Amino acid sequence: MPSPHRGLGVPAGWTDRIKKSLSGFGLPRLIISGFLLLLFILALMMKMDLKILISDSLVRIGMNGILVLAMLPSLRCGAGLNFGLPVGVICGLLGGVISLNWNITGFAGFFTAIAFSIPPAIIAGYLYALLLERVKGQEMMVGTYVGFSVVAGMCIFWLMAPINNPALIFAIGGKGLRYTLTLSDTYAKILNNFLAFSLLGVTIPTGLLLFFLLFCFLMYLFFRSKIGLAMTVTGANQMYAVSSGINVRNMRISGVILSTILAAIGIIVYSQSYGFLQLYTAPLYAAFPAMAAILIGGASLARASISHVLIGTILFQTLLTIALPVTQTILQGSDISEIARIIISNGMIIYALTRAERR
Amino acid sequence: MSASTFLTLKNISKSYSGAHVLKNVNLSVKAGEIHSLLGENGAGKSTLMNILFGMPVIHETGGFEGEIILDGETVAITSPREAMDLGIGMVHQEFMLLPGFTITENIKLNREITTENPISKILGRSLETLDEEAMATDARAALQKLSLTVDESLPVAGLPVGYMQFVEIAREIDKKNVRFLVFDEPTAVLTEGEAKRLLDVMKRLSAEGIGILFITHRLDEVLEVSDTITILRDGEVVHQLTRKEANVELLAELMVGRKIERPALPRRKTEPTDEDPILTIRDLQVKMPGELVKGISLQVRRGEILGIGGLAGHGKLGIANGVMGLYPATGEVRKDDKPVSLGSSKSALERGMAFVSEDRRGVGLLLTESIEMNIVLTAMQIQNKFLRPGFLPALRLEDRKAIRRQALKFIEELDIRCAGPAQPVQRLSGGNQQKVCLARAFALEPDLLWVSEPTRGIDIGAKQLVLDLLVKFNRERGVTVIMTSSELAELRKICDRIAIVYEGKIIGILPSDASDLEFGLLMAGKNTRKEVG
Repeated sequence: MPSPHRGLGVPAGWTDRIKKSLSGFGLPRLIISGFLLLLFILALMMKMDLKILISDSLVRIGMNGILVLAMLPSLRCGAGLNFGLPVGVICGLLGGVISLNWNITGFAGFFTAIAFSIPPAIIAGYLYALLLERVKGQEMMVGTYVGFSVVAGMCIFWLMAPINNPALIFAIGGKGLRYTLTLSDTYAKILNNFLAFSLLGVTIPTGLLLFFLLFCFLMYLFFRSKIGLAMTVTGANQMYAVSSGINVRNMRISGVILSTILAAIGIIVYSQSYGFLQLYTAPLYAAFPAMAAILIGGASLARASISHVLIGTILFQTLLTIALPVTQTILQGSDISEIARIIISNGMIIYALTRAERR
Repeated sequence: MSASTFLTLKNISKSYSGAHVLKNVNLSVKAGEIHSLLGENGAGKSTLMNILFGMPVIHETGGFEGEIILDGETVAITSPREAMDLGIGMVHQEFMLLPGFTITENIKLNREITTENPISKILGRSLETLDEEAMATDARAALQKLSLTVDESLPVAGLPVGYMQFVEIAREIDKKNVRFLVFDEPTAVLTEGEAKRLLDVMKRLSAEGIGILFITHRLDEVLEVSDTITILRDGEVVHQLTRKEANVELLAELMVGRKIERPALPRRKTEPTDEDPILTIRDLQVKMPGELVKGISLQVRRGEILGIGGLAGHGKLGIANGVMGLYPATGEVRKDDKPVSLGSSKSALERGMAFVSEDRRGVGLLLTESIEMNIVLTAMQIQNKFLRPGFLPALRLEDRKAIRRQALKFIEELDIRCAGPAQPVQRLSGGNQQKVCLARAFALEPDLLWVSEPTRGIDIGAKQLVLDLLVKFNRERGVTVIMTSSELAELRKICDRIAIVYEGKIIGILPSDASDLEFGLLMAGKNTRKEVG
């Protein structure tokens, strides 16, 4: 029988109410939060410097946030999790390399990198979206392989790139970009240090967090706009969208392009905080932590929102930041935290995908 | 209890977390009897069947009170498998068939006839060879009982819907011990001809001594085949009567529990005429699977309610779907003498037409979204309503206040029973979901409204409400309505004219007060009147 009868006549006890609010929060988020709390307590017991741990967490939240946000448009438009995130990441790196090659420093360098990464992201995103249109229903599997292949293909490009700035190319041989390019002379930590201040010994990377929140706000507005709602409807029920006169193909393509652009911007923000541009095979697994984060935040293939991005990024990145030093202190010299990271992020992806509603 | 009583449900009560869904239900079916179970949606019919078949959902929610007595002995049925072993079979509303398998394989699934072979002697029964000949013979025998002449080696996929229903029945009667069959709304998906055959089969089965419990909404079917009729309302048996005592009005009244009134429709100031057409369709062909339209020409008068009727599968549903751009179509459609480009919902919507689809959950609604979003979204996308000012039309933001206002207005006007405009529509009942679909169309303020199967799957009370709304919309705002429905009675209640579709073409248009005979003949493909229209 349908649910209207449920709970009628029986006063909801407080245990029920707790159960209900817990199930609303979601079991995975509950476990992760509990684990996080445990780590904090352990860190306190180990007499570790909590201030540094929190500062580091804030930085990691800010630097990964936009990459997580990039998952949102592709989920919303019905293309699923963007396993092809490396496509956008590479466009971001391309912009970064161009800006670096001209040696532009400071904010000018940072924004030049973004400006030069967006056009390739639009083109690459469009082509990638066309491909996804042909494999409707299997976007996520195909996306994974597209991501892998593009990374491999770009390895050749980085080697052949027509760039002869000696600071960027291999010292020996005089050809091919280096594996990692340092940003320390141009725009490393430009956002992190913008308006940064110290609060009770915790360094707040104001610029970085503001930049992330700005993008969250822009996406929030976008999904409240006519085109954003059309995109959401396309993902929620394609036939409803068609019968509302929405061009569903265009909406899906736009969603994937938007996701690719956000990935490009995301990796530039990430790199400026990290201090290096990582080329070659580095973008290979860029998609997985971002996916894990939004899923931990409570998103599913059928439903994803800005709050899932925010909660997920905070939980997942804080967990990673704190787990590493804590476990390293407990189990001297072991690499257990790296293993834990892989188990959590991939486990989370599997968990969420197995729970996905069939459409 | 007499010896001939075959199956008795005694004092059955069931509640879900304190809410009583069944209260002291008594029902018994004799061998060779057809017993109809009537009731609105939510009357408790499905719960009763779940109890009879020992469905897990019953045990998970604390079991039930009362007894099931079979041949004088109380039995405890704790799983569908046990029900099957006791000789109780079920013909489902949705087909439980494997499309890629042949008819024989479907009938014999998991009850295959096998012979030993050397490997199976060592490794067990599951590796025995199939005796395909014996299986085919059995299957043919079962099909013949239903007087179905179809090659049993054909795959089920591709069979007409009606045949699938018969294969499903063949599977049940092929079970040698079956003594009792439940038909759960078996005619819901059948054409009238197929439904009639099914009823004949039911009569024949009962003549062979099988007890039948027949669950349906269709009153005329009940009157045709039943020996006894039980009416369930709000979980209680309100009446039990024999066929001789029953008639349609009485049954409908008992089922709903309030008098169904059929007031005369309000008159218009000027009646619609052919001189002022709102829509002209010429040679429309629509490729909608199962509902092909093969060249229809039609003129719709401004201000009328036009009905489109006909048997399932003959293409009546294809017309609306083709014009509204949901399925590929060719031909010429002119609205207010301006062309509508086919294959584009946008063009159709922009010309002032709106569509309430027969596929409520698939096309009509965003199930996980709120009522208000469902109502306003189409109007927002097509007419830029409910948007705040902005430079780029695509990036204008939603106007939440206007949306809320509109939603509240419709909730009141259409009497949508809900917790509030923000409630997701998937938690609404079928009737209220249908009202949301109507509100979605009304929000477009169309001057021509297409409505397909507006009362399918909603209970009788809500049906009347929906029909009333259409009439009100037509009379008060002068909106032309084209209503497609499988229920002729419903069309005749509110339409001015009714076009009957036969084999993808319009075979005739009748005024709604034409005789039953004329409608019947048109449905069967025989036009007795010379002129059309």
